[in-house]
Amino acid sequence: MKVLNYITSYLAIILLVIISIWAGIFYYAMLGEIYDSIDDGLDNQKGLILQKVAVDSTILNKVGFEEGDYAIREISAETARNFRDVYSDTSMFMQNEQDFEPVRLLNTAFEHKGRYYQMQVVTSMVEEDDLVRELLYALIWLYAGLIITILILNNFLLKRTWRPFYQLLAQLKNFRLEKPVVETPPTKIEEFRLLNEAVQKMVQGTTDSYNSQKHFIENASHELQTPLAISINKLEALAEGGRLTSEDAKLLQTALNNLERLTRLNRSLLLLSKIENRQFASEEDVNINELVNKIIADFHDQLQFNNLSVEMAEQETCTVNMNHDLALIMITNLVKNAVVHNYKGGKITIDIRRNSLTVGNTGKAEPLNRERLFQRFYKEDETASSTGLGLAIVKAIAEAYGFSVDYSFRQLHLISVSFNK
Amino acid sequence: MKILVIEDEPEIRNDIMQSLQQENYVVESAPDYEAAREKLGVYEYDCILLDIGLPGGNGLQLLDELKKEGKQSGVIIVSAKGSIDDKVKGLDLGADDYLSKPFHMAELRARIKSLIRRKKLGGSTTIEINNVIIHTEQRAVYINDTQLQLNRKEFDVLLYMATNRNRLVNKTALAEHVWGDYIDEVNSFDFIYSQIKNLRKKLKEQHARIEIQAVYGVGYKLTDI
Repeated sequence: MKVLNYITSYLAIILLVIISIWAGIFYYAMLGEIYDSIDDGLDNQKGLILQKVAVDSTILNKVGFEEGDYAIREISAETARNFRDVYSDTSMFMQNEQDFEPVRLLNTAFEHKGRYYQMQVVTSMVEEDDLVRELLYALIWLYAGLIITILILNNFLLKRTWRPFYQLLAQLKNFRLEKPVVETPPTKIEEFRLLNEAVQKMVQGTTDSYNSQKHFIENASHELQTPLAISINKLEALAEGGRLTSEDAKLLQTALNNLERLTRLNRSLLLLSKIENRQFASEEDVNINELVNKIIADFHDQLQFNNLSVEMAEQETCTVNMNHDLALIMITNLVKNAVVHNYKGGKITIDIRRNSLTVGNTGKAEPLNRERLFQRFYKEDETASSTGLGLAIVKAIAEAYGFSVDYSFRQLHLISVSFNK
Repeated sequence: MKILVIEDEPEIRNDIMQSLQQENYVVESAPDYEAAREKLGVYEYDCILLDIGLPGGNGLQLLDELKKEGKQSGVIIVSAKGSIDDKVKGLDLGADDYLSKPFHMAELRARIKSLIRRKKLGGSTTIEINNVIIHTEQRAVYINDTQLQLNRKEFDVLLYMATNRNRLVNKTALAEHVWGDYIDEVNSFDFIYSQIKNLRKKLKEQHARIEIQAVYGVGYKLTDI
């Protein structure tokens, strides 16, 4: 739920409660005021009638209400003495409405020339049900009006107010460490300004540490190259000297093999950093079919040596816009992976479609760990002398271009690259 | 044959110099930009090994000056960065070859010899060892005037071994040179052995007076018989 709708729904509920309570109080307050005013009117009427009685005593015989709004009847002095003015609600048949309508009635007593009379004065009353209905309608309109106003305000004012927030949100949604730019729009609202500052600080911090980490790997691999090269050169010179016993030579060979393994590892790490640091900028249309055929030809000796058969299925021509060297590295790594993790006399399948390349190979009978397969330094077989970086490099290259890489197992281990961006 | 090694890392410079001196080249060295400029200003070299990252300046600048002065020296650029930019720039400026660090000495020797062969205008592009003649351009090998039938990779192996005659060639160096940079899994080196075995057999059948020896399992060496 968006914050604007959230606020609106809250306001709608709160307003409903407040307006209901307010309506009750308002109703009774208004009704009280109406009674007060009507009763004053009755009192005033009573005064007028008494003045009239003083000049015209005939009206003392007006027993029924008929066309007037009062009735007079003689009472005993005893009754009159205990009499008190009483205002009450009653109903009366109204000629115009042809119905009983509520009226306010004043019951009072007075004395005229030593005789006592009871007098009833009526006046028509508000119809309570009408009043309630009118009030309800008015309140419904008020409520609807308020909600509409709030909605309009939300849509215009609040949206305008929250704009910097949503702009920031949209930028964060698209945030990538490779392109760490968050442009925060200027705003007068302090909270948003603080939020922008905090986000900028966080982005800067994350980017800095990401970059320093990246550069650390690159620098470390770079710095390691020279001592590695020197060590290998020296050991080779030692081997070339030819004054070694066969025991010495074995030790030397082991040392050299491991140094070379370290060199390969280092080179792969450097390559990974370079891919991640986007140092392969130039792009061109690469014909994947041609490249795969060339690489398979390059692997010819190894394939033959391991007695591996290659089933090539070029369904369609695949052309991808990317760096040529990276395409070469990616496909070489895929093919190499299929060669290395195969058994003698096994099979490699290659399937090329317009937007994908799938390399399959025979190997272990059970599926591999799909989650970890593309992770750095992951090895199915811990004793293997491979760097454990080959598929990580494939993945890094794919990610650099927004391709997806996936593994599946259907008798063959299948690794496919989908070039759809 | 005079070679100038421009390299700031002293250990690597010494290794290169020693390795090249054993090939009977006259080798001089310069550890930084200024020293290199002085030497280049005074002497002529057949081949210059140029490191790009130098104290005091960029190797590419030296290359630029060299080419502007119209010097005919062959130039091999060496870069630790391994960056494609450096390679493209260097070759654009007129370098003859590019080698990225770290490299094997065997590879360096092969590159230098190949460069010198190419630079010798009208000169022979053949390598002659005892009764074996390798025509590098035609990619043909003759033993006692009989052509030896070799496949592409076998020829590459023989040529590489011949340019490193009497020197130890590391298995990795050989594999990378012949089968490409990305062939680097140790367990695939077994197949190099089978290739060498085939080559040895063919050489022996034709009574070649050279042979490829295994050196301690580290690598191979082409020697005279």
